[in-house]
Amino acid sequence: MATAARRQPITIPQKLPVLPIVGLVLVGALVAWLGVNLVKTPYDFLEILLIGVTLGAVYALVALGYTLVYGILELINFAHGDVFMLGAMMAATLTVQVFNLQDNESATKWIPVVLLALVIGMLFCGTLNATIEFIAYRPLRGAPRLAPLITAIGMSFILQNIGLAWKGSNYVPIPNILPRGNVFHVGTADYQWNKLIVLLVTAPVLVGLVYLVQQTRQGKAMRATAQDKDAAAMMGINVNRTISFTFLIAGALAGVAGLLYALYVTNVRYDQGFQLGLLAFTSAVLGGIGNLPGAVLGALCIGLIQAFNEGLSWHAPGSDWTQSIVFSILILILVFRPEGLLGERTPEGG
Amino acid sequence: MTTAGTWWGDRSVLERRLAIGAAAVVIGWLLLVAFSSFDLSAVYVGLVFLALYVPAWNRLPIRVRGIRMGRLVVPLALIALALTYPFYWDRMFQVPIFGPFPEVGTGVYMLVFIMMAIGLNIVVGYAGLLDLGYVAFYAMGAYTVAWFASVQFAKHNLHFWAVGVGSGVPGFHISVWLLLLLAGLLTAVTGVIIGLPTLRLRGDYLAIVTLGFGEILPQIARNGDNLFGSGFNLTNGPNGITPIDSPGFGGVNYLTGYNSFFTSDRLFYWTALLLVLLTAFCSWRLRDSRLGRAWIAIREDETAAAAMGVPLMRTKTWAYATGAFFGGVAGAFYASFKSATFPGDFFFNISVFILCMVILGGMGNILGVVLGASFLAYLDREGLANIGGWLNTHFGPGGSTVGIWSTPIDVPKYEFGIFGIILLVVMLFRPEGLIPSSRRAAEFHEGVADQPLYDVTH
Repeated sequence: MATAARRQPITIPQKLPVLPIVGLVLVGALVAWLGVNLVKTPYDFLEILLIGVTLGAVYALVALGYTLVYGILELINFAHGDVFMLGAMMAATLTVQVFNLQDNESATKWIPVVLLALVIGMLFCGTLNATIEFIAYRPLRGAPRLAPLITAIGMSFILQNIGLAWKGSNYVPIPNILPRGNVFHVGTADYQWNKLIVLLVTAPVLVGLVYLVQQTRQGKAMRATAQDKDAAAMMGINVNRTISFTFLIAGALAGVAGLLYALYVTNVRYDQGFQLGLLAFTSAVLGGIGNLPGAVLGALCIGLIQAFNEGLSWHAPGSDWTQSIVFSILILILVFRPEGLLGERTPEGG
Repeated sequence: MTTAGTWWGDRSVLERRLAIGAAAVVIGWLLLVAFSSFDLSAVYVGLVFLALYVPAWNRLPIRVRGIRMGRLVVPLALIALALTYPFYWDRMFQVPIFGPFPEVGTGVYMLVFIMMAIGLNIVVGYAGLLDLGYVAFYAMGAYTVAWFASVQFAKHNLHFWAVGVGSGVPGFHISVWLLLLLAGLLTAVTGVIIGLPTLRLRGDYLAIVTLGFGEILPQIARNGDNLFGSGFNLTNGPNGITPIDSPGFGGVNYLTGYNSFFTSDRLFYWTALLLVLLTAFCSWRLRDSRLGRAWIAIREDETAAAAMGVPLMRTKTWAYATGAFFGGVAGAFYASFKSATFPGDFFFNISVFILCMVILGGMGNILGVVLGASFLAYLDREGLANIGGWLNTHFGPGGSTVGIWSTPIDVPKYEFGIFGIILLVVMLFRPEGLIPSSRRAAEFHEGVADQPLYDVTH
């Protein structure tokens, strides 16, 4: 813009800010609805809030996978939700079929098994995700952007059918391995150990991820590759290996999420990955795609929205409408604020 | 190809085509003998193929009003073959592995999906906008005809040119012909409503938004038997709306057929064929129109197109509306043919199914899309079951060739895995599809201008 200095300031005609007003009205209605529910049934509200936080933690792990991959390749990895689903099936196989855990297992037995399943699940999903990248996305680096998106959809269907062939078309039940005793109890609201354990596993994983991206050489390479692949390559970064590593990390996160989901929700089916993947993707977009804290924030929001919608008693649309609500949020966010809540457009949030 | 000087290069076009055609026919016959039973119909098929392929019909030096008649020979012959299909399909030979030729009812199904694929091709192939929610338009068309040609709204009683419905039957009963048009228009309006806020997004964001709409509309259909607790039954929920009136005119009711010649299936088949021909014609003419050239310009480089004065939003919205129109008409016709519509018909899978047809056949090329759509729709209806049967009898338990697996494999169950493999393989190895438009192929091989992520200024 060489002529920018000489250009006259342009006066933009002032219009009534319709969109912000509509947005404020919507948010106001939401707050009012939550407030009425809080006053009417405070303990239910608290319990549902805690459920929402737990769901949000699982979504956050999946959403981080979307956001990491989007940050580095600008690709919506449709197959990511299905990697998560296969992770959950792996967890089901390990805990039920291999180690034969039952309802209310003793702590000395379930803790080592779950930790082992966590490690195996992370390795399995990480390797799977990196393999997907190698097969389906790497050959299409120079192609139009829609090409890898289409292979991602194809890959998603292939993985779903692998799950279908592996575990059949019914829900795979998983016993209540995690303890369900109360951590605390306020009024009629309970908070059980299984919810706390989900958070206890998620938190160190998130801390580890932030450390990896912010503090290590490999993390620096990831951020550099996300910003500019050519420049990163000139600085001696092996771009393809960095991308593979990102997919590995994203897959490992999905593996953690799969295990937690299997243990917390206690059933899994071959098509659940796709549905949950869409929720997680919405979370990532809500927080600002490519932005790591944003993905966690967005996932908490989506988890809360889902829990409130399905749990609250006063004028809640109910679980029949969860998907429509989440997608409406997605559409509204993309149309009116594509940079997401945290407002950062740069990839790989720094 | 500059092969002049070699023996092959010195042959005339006719001789070369004769050699290739004859070789193809002989190989086909040999395969038929090896894997199936040879039949007289195979000879006819071979002869028709040679007659269409070998002479260079498009170079026929006959012109009527400047139009080269030769160019019309092959398309007209193919249309004639399609028109007469109900008379010879059951006398054809058994294709190896695939089994018998599809029956006429399957033909209707294939034609409906060809229509939808041509509609989606306008959005994806011409304008380059990836639409993952095309099923929403299909649902919109199907529900339009279900609302206005069934007993769904039994409080009202409105009859208008409906065929085969007693005057005492409650509900709206409007002629299905009018409803096809109405469904198309309503769906086009839906497309515009969906498109206006979202079309400013580019590439993958648009894809995910359309996916969102493709999930929301069927969910409304699923939960629409008691909208927001008001007790208003819009869609009859998961039970769907059935029966739906059939089209017809005068004493001819498509549901029952007219006589042994005009049976129900044949009437639906010919009507569907007519609709497909209309769709293909519109699509073909649109591509060469000012609007069509604007679509292609936007697909190739949005920024350059905008700089040349192509109004982006309006052009994209037209692509959406046109694609939606055909999707709506196809959905309405299919609902009337099936005499039912269920929310379970409108999953994301179907959007990908139609997308797969466009990609397999070749984005942007009508002939390719028609071939891709008929093949995949056939696989969905009959092909996969036939292939599965063949595999299980040959390699399954007690297989006639070798028993490789011990429990029969349910091949149709893995249908979408197979479509996923098709998407993957086509995009990796032949992204322009089986019969590409040369222009689209060049884009895939030479790349296009880099598209920024989103663009909120238009």
